[in-house]
Amino acid sequence: MTDPTTGPVLTGIDLHKAFGATAALRGASLTVRAGEVVAVMGPSGSGKSTLLHCLAGILRPDAGLVRYRDVDVTGLSDAGRSALRRRDFGFVFQFGQLVPELTCLQNVALPLRLARTGRREAERAAAEWLERLDVADVAGKRPGETSGGQGQRVAVARALVGRPSVVFADEPTGALDSLNGERVMELLVEVARESGAAVVLVTHEPRVAAYADREVVVRDGRSRDLEPVT
Amino acid sequence: MVSIVAVVSIGATLLGLLETGPQYGYSLKKSYDAHFGRDRPLDYGQVYATLSRLLRAGLVESGGVEPGGGPSRRRYAITEAGVTDVDRWLSTPEEPAPYLQNALYTKLVLALLSHRPAQELLDRQRAAHLAAMRELTARKRSGDLADQLICDHALFHLEADLRWLELAAARVDRLAAAVTPR
Repeated sequence: MTDPTTGPVLTGIDLHKAFGATAALRGASLTVRAGEVVAVMGPSGSGKSTLLHCLAGILRPDAGLVRYRDVDVTGLSDAGRSALRRRDFGFVFQFGQLVPELTCLQNVALPLRLARTGRREAERAAAEWLERLDVADVAGKRPGETSGGQGQRVAVARALVGRPSVVFADEPTGALDSLNGERVMELLVEVARESGAAVVLVTHEPRVAAYADREVVVRDGRSRDLEPVT
Repeated sequence: MVSIVAVVSIGATLLGLLETGPQYGYSLKKSYDAHFGRDRPLDYGQVYATLSRLLRAGLVESGGVEPGGGPSRRRYAITEAGVTDVDRWLSTPEEPAPYLQNALYTKLVLALLSHRPAQELLDRQRAAHLAAMRELTARKRSGDLADQLICDHALFHLEADLRWLELAAARVDRLAAAVTPR
């Protein structure tokens, strides 16, 4: 058994993934320890988003192993991976991907509702998270009525409301200006640390990666771990 | 520990501070340190040497020494010529540095010429840059607005270097072919 507080929580080993004739991953590996923030960097088309999708169980790699705690994610069925994502993972994408018909409060409550939490309890927790992310004032608005920065903070609240062990963030500030991007990163890292969630952060922006504890570079589908220089 | 040191003329900066009102050498140093010397406070020696030079150039004048005081009790005021000098300095844009000669590029080319692993050199540099950026980001998060702006300035420059390192890494094979003799 690994130490649940500091040991590896998620590991991808020698992952390969091709789309048709194009090899996106050619032997990428990554270990995420509990509670740490890891930045995955690399040029466009290097395979960093594919690596994130494989680690998160969104894609199944053609070869290699993804292990989450004691679960072989690569061996799970589609339904099994879906359940794992809902239960243990949170997601923030470049564009919040909030449900446009629902209010921000309902959007944040959604992961809890899908996990069969009662409406009242789910919305109470959602309201608390909106408060923590300093966007309580948009609770009753629909995503289309909020600014980009507010929308991303709502998306961070939705990612964390279910108390995930790992949050996957794919270019979470990509559509924001510098100031709003920094605010989102500050809050994302702060609330993730408070709740003990690890963060896998895909970004091409060094200033965003600087919020992470360490960096992994993906080039041509292969990963390279760059330990911090001390 | 990342140190942010402004590459700015101390004389021009002290003159600019004196324009807000006459000051003793001691308080001038304190004022400089509070605004610009967070990462490297001025030595008293530097302050007095600079003030003597400004005195000789007629850009400041000395209001005499307080009784019982050493050099630190001498009061300095900016002259009209000094104000003109500050005005000229502030209204002249800083020359955008061309950055055409830099250590990173030189090291990269030398590594390629001597068949050392250039990609590793770039990766080590990248790790060092990002470590510095992490430190500055942490400092910024706990700092006041002045500290945040100082750190941001350094962060943007380090980011520019990192972007260059990324570009160089992507082109290292082509550069190797271009610089190594056939």
